[in-house]
Amino acid sequence: MTAALRFDPIRLPEKCEQLRKEVRAFLAEEIAAGTFDPHAPNREDNDAPEFSRRVGAKGWLGMTWPKKYGGQERSFLERYVVTEEMRVANAPTRRFFVADRQSGPVLLKYAPEHIKMDILPRICRGEVCFAIGMSEPNSGSDLFAAKTRATKTDGGYLINGTKIWTSSAHIADYMIAIFRTSPPTKENRRHGLTQFLVKMKQPGIQVNPIGQITGQFEFNEVVFTDYFVPDDHVLGEVDGAWKQATSELAYERSGPERFLETYYVLTELVRAVGKNPDTRSAEGIGRLVAQVHTMRRMSVSVAGMLQAGKEPVVEASIVKDIGTVWEQQLPHRVRDLAAFVEETATNRETLEKQLDFAIKTAPKLTIQGGTTEVLRGIIARGLGLR
Amino acid sequence: MAESENIVAETAEKIFADLADAQTINHDKQGAWKAPLWQALTEAGLPLSWVPDDLGGSGASLAEGFSVLNVAGRHAIAVPLAETMLAGWLLTQARIASPEGEMTVLPASPKDRITLNADGSLSGRARGVPFAKDAKHFAVLADGKDGISIAPIDAAKCRIESSTGLGGDHNDTVTLDKVQPVATKPAPKGFDQTTLMLMGGVVRSLQIAGALEAMLDISVRYSNERVAFEKKISKFQAVQHNLARLAGENAAALAAATSAADTIVNAKSLNNDAVFLEAASAKIRCSEAAEKGSSIAHQVHGAIGFTIEHILHRYSLRALAWRDDFGSESYWAVELGKLVADRGADELWPLVASR
Repeated sequence: MTAALRFDPIRLPEKCEQLRKEVRAFLAEEIAAGTFDPHAPNREDNDAPEFSRRVGAKGWLGMTWPKKYGGQERSFLERYVVTEEMRVANAPTRRFFVADRQSGPVLLKYAPEHIKMDILPRICRGEVCFAIGMSEPNSGSDLFAAKTRATKTDGGYLINGTKIWTSSAHIADYMIAIFRTSPPTKENRRHGLTQFLVKMKQPGIQVNPIGQITGQFEFNEVVFTDYFVPDDHVLGEVDGAWKQATSELAYERSGPERFLETYYVLTELVRAVGKNPDTRSAEGIGRLVAQVHTMRRMSVSVAGMLQAGKEPVVEASIVKDIGTVWEQQLPHRVRDLAAFVEETATNRETLEKQLDFAIKTAPKLTIQGGTTEVLRGIIARGLGLR
Repeated sequence: MAESENIVAETAEKIFADLADAQTINHDKQGAWKAPLWQALTEAGLPLSWVPDDLGGSGASLAEGFSVLNVAGRHAIAVPLAETMLAGWLLTQARIASPEGEMTVLPASPKDRITLNADGSLSGRARGVPFAKDAKHFAVLADGKDGISIAPIDAAKCRIESSTGLGGDHNDTVTLDKVQPVATKPAPKGFDQTTLMLMGGVVRSLQIAGALEAMLDISVRYSNERVAFEKKISKFQAVQHNLARLAGENAAALAAATSAADTIVNAKSLNNDAVFLEAASAKIRCSEAAEKGSSIAHQVHGAIGFTIEHILHRYSLRALAWRDDFGSESYWAVELGKLVADRGADELWPLVASR
């Protein structure tokens, strides 16, 4: 038999429901105060540093981390609840999302103690924004083709080269990036890359915004010219980034953002069709709801397995593969059904605006954070095909 | 649901492996394998898993029974095991003892109704009843003037128009013309035809998830054996990506079906939005997965998988056939869509998040 896939029917523990109430109450207050509009999902243009600090003050950033670094030592399932409620509300999470999900855990694992003590509590307070420096002009999915050099010098490294498609680099305080410290070897083409902590807003770094098809400026080109990084900013093994890059990926791949990115159009469609849908609308909505429910059950299952110390690598990749394909298709399916919505529906304009934005957003969903093609390669390897 | 999770599912797995090897039964045109298999299943108490000891069954838990169904789906077994289990479960709801032998349930579609007449007899017609021709008794859910009743009846007293479904199994029309039941008792409060259809849908969902697991397994094995253009076809990226998608469909079906089964295991009542969302979603998503998954499995196999000699059709056609039983995916999608619309846009996320 091929190794059986596992999706245990894991439920969020009871204590999560109290937390969910707190998050919903907090978000309702923020909406009432005008911090953001839950019906206008263009949060990526909507940098909200004060909101970020208030989320931090609630204890909802770095919530799984040790208390000595400002964390709450809560479970990944509790973090899951906070993440999904923020996502569904279209809250402006951009300033803290990457630091909380990805960069903080990397620092926890690989940064020296004094850097952890310096940065992690600030992430928990919602004060710092992180970017991830992976792609380069000629290396995207093929991560290990990266050429930006880190050359050894007295007390550190000099960085020269260009990162690209770097989300939030224009507002980020730090970047975690991989740079080439040695050439690849014959035996291992992945050898020779090292992970670094980079302080942004310093001389030697130029950030050039790149316009996106949504009209937003969310990602950037980042040019390094003799930029100095001290030795203690090396994260993990020199030349050995390839051993580290995959460890946190299961969390990154299977979270609520991997199927809820365009969810708002479904809510708005249900509002537009009203209490008594015709057969076509009812069937369309029913199929979409069955799908979002199933995706969530899969995603929670992976979160629960991770919390229990298992390594559901294939399962997490499957969640991102079918979850992102689904969230990409969702606005198009909603558009099919919206064609039959009565002209008199009070939220018709809102729905149309949302569809316009969601359809423009959709193409990126199966590219960012690992393309569908890369994920299917990982799944195929798990099936014993490669 | 790994087979090691409980001894009941392990027993089922062993019986199927010993007596229902897919290759062997695919070549046995006379069906000589059926009687020994059914006898072994009966001796192990599996058909009446969901019937307590005092009502003639083996008293396994709901969870154990659900995992047996997942195993049965993996073997795409052409005997009325799932149907007899469901019939026994239905009779147990009214504390009616289960008779011996094969059973199935009436009605098997949300559109059909059986009526309890004033004289205590039953009338009506049920279409698409799985294994009716093979059953000795039917467990019937009937509408009467005093509410809903549950009644076992003798299959010989009914008119059966025989037919076969997509998977080659009996899928018959059963007509009841004033048939006197063996016993009649009122259904428990809140139990209605929707409850029976939802439970039947979860049964079929688990079977579909099992069949998809088998399809993935045999497709991966075949791709690692078959050579074309001088290499194993598993080395072609197009084939790898198709199999990755098949794994995704298998995963979605497994997650939806086991989640719905778990919901029923832990539910205090089967008459609420959470059970409806879980069970309807499972039937919808598993049926969609049956379509997408079986087409990929056939594509990977090429012409050989289209032959009657090859075992693939045992899984692919049954998975497709199971979509129709106890309400198709389009039926449940309409019902789920109506429920969501009725509750309103702002109640949708709270419902999804409650699971």
